[in-house]
Amino acid sequence: MNTCINKIREIASKLLENGEVEKVIGFANGTIPMATSPVVINSKQDVDKLVFNSTCGLNLANYVRNQKGKVAVIAKGCDSRNIVTHIVENQVKRDQIHIIGVPCTGMINKKKIEALFGDDIIEFTEDGDTLNVKSSTREETLNKKEYLRDNCTLCMHRNPVVYDDLAGDLVQEQTLENPYPDVDRIEAMDADAKWQHFQELTQNCIRCYACRNACPLCYCPTCFVDESGPQWVGKGQNKTDVDTFHFLRAFHCAGRCTDCGACVEACPMDINVRDFTRKLNKDSFEMFGWEAGLDITKRPPLDVYSPGDPNAFIK
Amino acid sequence: MKFITIDKKDWAKGIEKSRETYRLFGPVKEKNGFLIKSLDNDMLPDMEYHDSVLSAKSVLFPQSEKMMTTSLDESRDGHHIMNRADADYSPRAVIGLRPFDAKAIQLVKLNFDTKEYRDPYWCDAYEATTFVGLGINKPGFYDFSTSAGSGPFNEEGLDVLLADMDDTYLAKVLTDKGQAYMDACGFKTQADAKESQALIDVLKKEAQKNIVSRIHTDKLKEKTTLELHEAPFWDDIAFSCINCGTCTYVCPTCWCFDIQDETKQKTTSRFKNWDTCMSPLFTLHTTGHNPRDTKTQRVRQRFMHKLKYFVDKYDQGTMCVGCGRCVKSCPVNIDIREVCNLMNAYEKQE
Amino acid sequence: MENPYIPYPVRIDEIEIATEDKSLKTFKFVFLNKEDEEKFSYQAGQFAELSIPGVGEIPIGIASSPVEKGFVKFTVFRAGVVTTHLHNMKVGDIMGIRGPLGNWYPWDKLENKNVVIIGGGFAFTTLRSSIIYMLDPANRKKFKNIDVVYGARSPGMLLYRDELFEWESRDDINMHITVDGTDDPDWKYNKGFVPTIVEQKAPQADADTYAIICGPPIMIKFTMPALVKLGYKENQIIMSLENRMKCGIGMCGRCNIGKELVCKDGPVFTLEELNKTPKEY
Repeated sequence: MNTCINKIREIASKLLENGEVEKVIGFANGTIPMATSPVVINSKQDVDKLVFNSTCGLNLANYVRNQKGKVAVIAKGCDSRNIVTHIVENQVKRDQIHIIGVPCTGMINKKKIEALFGDDIIEFTEDGDTLNVKSSTREETLNKKEYLRDNCTLCMHRNPVVYDDLAGDLVQEQTLENPYPDVDRIEAMDADAKWQHFQELTQNCIRCYACRNACPLCYCPTCFVDESGPQWVGKGQNKTDVDTFHFLRAFHCAGRCTDCGACVEACPMDINVRDFTRKLNKDSFEMFGWEAGLDITKRPPLDVYSPGDPNAFIK
Repeated sequence: MKFITIDKKDWAKGIEKSRETYRLFGPVKEKNGFLIKSLDNDMLPDMEYHDSVLSAKSVLFPQSEKMMTTSLDESRDGHHIMNRADADYSPRAVIGLRPFDAKAIQLVKLNFDTKEYRDPYWCDAYEATTFVGLGINKPGFYDFSTSAGSGPFNEEGLDVLLADMDDTYLAKVLTDKGQAYMDACGFKTQADAKESQALIDVLKKEAQKNIVSRIHTDKLKEKTTLELHEAPFWDDIAFSCINCGTCTYVCPTCWCFDIQDETKQKTTSRFKNWDTCMSPLFTLHTTGHNPRDTKTQRVRQRFMHKLKYFVDKYDQGTMCVGCGRCVKSCPVNIDIREVCNLMNAYEKQE
Repeated sequence: MENPYIPYPVRIDEIEIATEDKSLKTFKFVFLNKEDEEKFSYQAGQFAELSIPGVGEIPIGIASSPVEKGFVKFTVFRAGVVTTHLHNMKVGDIMGIRGPLGNWYPWDKLENKNVVIIGGGFAFTTLRSSIIYMLDPANRKKFKNIDVVYGARSPGMLLYRDELFEWESRDDINMHITVDGTDDPDWKYNKGFVPTIVEQKAPQADADTYAIICGPPIMIKFTMPALVKLGYKENQIIMSLENRMKCGIGMCGRCNIGKELVCKDGPVFTLEELNKTPKEY
């Protein structure tokens, strides 16, 4: 995956030089270890700013809306699925966007790596599947496969589903016996334990809305939590209000979520926001055979009626 | 200046003893990292903490605070007449406070305690609080406090400064409030002042040496507001921003708040909630007009407030103490150090 | 020092529909505690937070004048959650007022000066307060010529019509009432937009003339060139701003334009001051 950066720069350079796109949206190196930052490149001279590695955990589909002219965007499997979702939901037109697909071998779980050290990480490099991490007191060599984000270990669409250019060789897709072990664990709890689980999950939520704002699905001009007439949710730290935000947001993403993990990636309080969305993904799959963002011609299942729908009430 | 030696073996007992007169706050390890929280019975401040995601500002300025309350039931006396909500302003102590957080509280005080108005909620909490800081022997990678008007052993805003000497804490008692707290703990083994200060100075020097990251602020004042406001770099800085409130909520100096009424049956309360200039709602007019409609405008506001407006208004340095929390927590790695240095170095091209 | 967030309790004493489209109502409030009225001692140009428990607060310019005693008056446009609720309240209802807040028109500086008041639409409330204040027998001699240009869409949209017509008949104030248009054949005042009337009727500026201007952004935008043409300098043009506010006392942080807080350092600024700040209003 590290090698694809040369190809990305080459493609970006060519697109900008030929005037095929006005800008390229990608990732640039961050100012701190294990960080990359979304960046927009306007000219060929700047393409060397582009990087791609296992820390590019945000979803760039979130940056392609409302752009003037044609833009190119670097897309992992999940980003590409959210671009598809954007196209289906009329947020971008297919011909406004040039997708530079990047086959992905997963993004790292930064919090899990940080937890190995008692102090701050001061250096991070990767070479294939090897991660070299250094803190002020010690150094560790880690196997990337053991430090992937949870969503990446369960990902079945590592290759972009739609692209105009490909910046690397397609990778082997994972085959999973059970893609939803995390949901199964929660489903197995009794009602009290489930309640407890979700109560604890959001205990430290500060309502910064990083999860929502990092999510490419959350593009509503006014989110229901920000609506004032009527005001649906209180704005303080009342637990019911906090949970209402998380539950309703998850339901609004039902059948649309690609499990890209940007919400978890963005959360400063390390809340596994995916615990809310994953069950709905599983239901969408089991009830409608649906995975979001795979088909540019199909609307999400809760958006359409089909004679084959499982619910009795609609028949 | 008085110094007290505290044997770590006596630490827990002393802290427990202080509960007879103080409510305690301090660092607590939670699943998601360290937070500064109210220390319930038997909980001790975790003095080994490395950093906390959120600052100590919530001890005086809770994320959501009930200000006043009234009844909407017209059959009751005093209905629709707001009265201040009950709150506990008995003595409280924050233990293990980072020196930059104490400095930040002094900056926040400039906003809440002015000659025209005093925010009684913040001020009453402030007066009730004793600030027991812990010097930082090994500053973190994100710490740039020495160039932001603070430092790992900065005493500003503290009542007691503790220095971790392995087996003991050396307590430098800075105020009467601090002395009262030491008394409440029963810590009284006095140490030689000169010797103690020398010991602390060694730690301080070593700690300061370890802080390599810095900001430059010397030229911020001489620039005009408009030339910085109109500088060409804001769009680039703001591009990656997702306009979440993380930077403002983790910041020890961000003081902006919202006021909201919440009603349950016939009782209504007015709350003061943390707010964030990153949200479009922060400045949205009823007409739909928004003076800071774009994310560039909002990102610029945050940095201009901290690094220019504040500097000009109070002449007390920047509204940033260099804790590095926003640098670490920003989901898209917008780095205030870079922005500050850009602003400081900016020269308008004619 | 008192808790600046706790409103003084007031009773709605009178509600008057202020414009023909009923989008504006004038509320007269009486303080429940007599001593609060003294604490609420204000100057023309200041504002207050109208505070409805369970609903919220809204900053509104004070329309009554310091020389009017026993009540305070506010003219409120129905727009958002709080103002809509207020429009549905009745005489006798109890609510709160917090203030007075902000600065005021620079009455000290305006002494022995010619004052030109320019208003449009419903931004005439603190201007009414100012006119009543200046015309008060105890104050009138402190000012030289007073000119007023006030316009609205139609005659029925003019605020305080009875008072306007009464002032029109006086000789110690020059009124230039105007409407954008009307088919009323008996309309005896001006027709035309405020900027045009300013250009035609407002006095030329000399060093002793100041203009106070309040109105919708579009009116302000087009009135400025007219004032420049008449010789007004930036420091002779006084404006009152509006921004979203919560606390009203300079603490909650949202209403700033640069380092100035509209709620506490304003809402009154000279154009000279505004030209030094970002246009975030």
